[in-house]
Amino acid sequence: MDWLGPEEWQAVALSLKVALWATLASLPFGILAAYALARWSFPGKPLLNGLVHLPLIMPPVVTGYLLLLAFGTRGWLGGALQEVGIVFAFRWTGAALAAAVMAFPLMVRAIRLSLEAVDPKLEQAAATLGASRIWVFITVTLPLILPGVLAGAILAFAKAMGEFGATITFVSNIPGQTQTVPSAIYAFLQVPGGETSALRLVAIAIVIAMAALLASEWISVRVARRVSGA
Amino acid sequence: MSLSVRLRHAFDAFSVDAAFEAPRGVTILFGRSGSGKSTIVNAVAGLLTPDHGRIELDGEVLLNTEAGLNPPPHRRRIGYIFQDARLFPHLTVRRNLLYGRWFAPRAARHEDMDRIVEMLGLGRLLGRRPGHLSGGERQRVAIGRALLAAPRLILADEPLASLDEPRKAEILPYFERLRDEISVPILYVSHSGSEVARLATTVVALEDGRVSRQGTAAEVLGDPMVMPLGVRNAGAVLEVTVAAHHPDGLSELDAAGIPLLLPRVPYPVAARIRIRIPAQDVILARERPAGLSALNVIPATVESIREGGGPGTIVSLSTGAGRVLARITKRSAEMLDLSEGGAVFAIVKTLSIAPEDIGGER
Repeated sequence: MDWLGPEEWQAVALSLKVALWATLASLPFGILAAYALARWSFPGKPLLNGLVHLPLIMPPVVTGYLLLLAFGTRGWLGGALQEVGIVFAFRWTGAALAAAVMAFPLMVRAIRLSLEAVDPKLEQAAATLGASRIWVFITVTLPLILPGVLAGAILAFAKAMGEFGATITFVSNIPGQTQTVPSAIYAFLQVPGGETSALRLVAIAIVIAMAALLASEWISVRVARRVSGA
Repeated sequence: MSLSVRLRHAFDAFSVDAAFEAPRGVTILFGRSGSGKSTIVNAVAGLLTPDHGRIELDGEVLLNTEAGLNPPPHRRRIGYIFQDARLFPHLTVRRNLLYGRWFAPRAARHEDMDRIVEMLGLGRLLGRRPGHLSGGERQRVAIGRALLAAPRLILADEPLASLDEPRKAEILPYFERLRDEISVPILYVSHSGSEVARLATTVVALEDGRVSRQGTAAEVLGDPMVMPLGVRNAGAVLEVTVAAHHPDGLSELDAAGIPLLLPRVPYPVAARIRIRIPAQDVILARERPAGLSALNVIPATVESIREGGGPGTIVSLSTGAGRVLARITKRSAEMLDLSEGGAVFAIVKTLSIAPEDIGGER
């Protein structure tokens, strides 16, 4: 792709990598949080609900700064993780963490909605047939919420692709390391003559977002057809 | 093979306090909706934890609230056939059927898939998904799925209640086959006198969460003091033998020496069958009537006359064939001058016995 400059190409590749990892790594937690919110009742439930949704309503800069405080090299979590060789500060992994946190509420909402649509009577039936709770989840609940899980994952991926505020606050804007597409567009717009590069990235951002939406539609129609047995 | 249940459970406006024993065969929990039947089966299945209770299956304690013993449903190995089938929509019929088999202990997998498929007529449906099945087909798959999980007991919670009449007629014979061909005991919830008459080995009548009577179908349905569904639905059960099939579409039955004519029954000559005679459809006469269109006239003795608050009475009759109940008005009872020990004739129209009230071994 020679119509993209090396710096632009780098930003696109990095964005895809960051968004993909952010989505895949947060998916198990997203399913767990959605399950807890949809099915369990426990004392701290409103707190968990608030915590999950906080990144959606807080200014992204605040989320980014809190991440920096917690996961920076001198942060209380960052320091501990550094001991075992995991570093987030000013690395692409940090960009992925920021994107995952920002996309988490969207993912959890989509999965939770599909969980609430699953009839608990089917899970009871599975239990009477000998399936323990974990097997009920794997063989009945998970297949039935698959459309919601995929929709949530794709939404989260699109959100992660576009994340800017928290990312730039947490891991800055280092080309090749933490400069995702939005950060790169921002950087190009800061220098004279950067508009053409910025526009090319804008076009790519639109194409990726559109492709993600179409893919999610296509998958959910197919999955829904299989699940409903129609 | 026996199940022993004792439990107490209080809901907001209603409480259940019941104890009964279910021997092998089909035990029917019989009563109106809201009489506590579903509470009991859900406690047996482990889907509901009663306030107090002890449930034993073949000497193994399934539930003992005193000792804090309440294993989860998946450890109980109890097959449950729900009213709404509850098939897994994302699995084919074949995989629905095999679902429980996978979790059952290897040594217990004695039911053969092919035999169950053949018995329930599921061969053509195996590749389909539940979304493409009719209500009756779905319920047949649900029966097979419960059987193939190698259960020690089968629970059926009004499995026919959400089906229309033709579907009921389609499914009921499968439960008769289950009773006659499978050794697993069945606890079956119903509010239908026909189902009790056709299926029950034992009946446990429930009223307002209490057991009001336990016995055979003939004992419970023939007891004028126990009417879990009210007088309108009362009807006694007679055990009869098929004597002959006549060319005019009628079958002749032998009720301990008394001949009865019914619309042709789908059972061979010499088969033992049960028929339920709705109390509403029995007419009484002091003398053997002549010039009457009704074909069945049974000599009887009045055992008891039970008066209720309304204009009707339930007359309990002892006949050579067994007990028959008749529901007539108080005025008729006075007009006929009925008294206990008096001789009467019970008249039953041939066509008043509905096909769903006739059942037996095929």
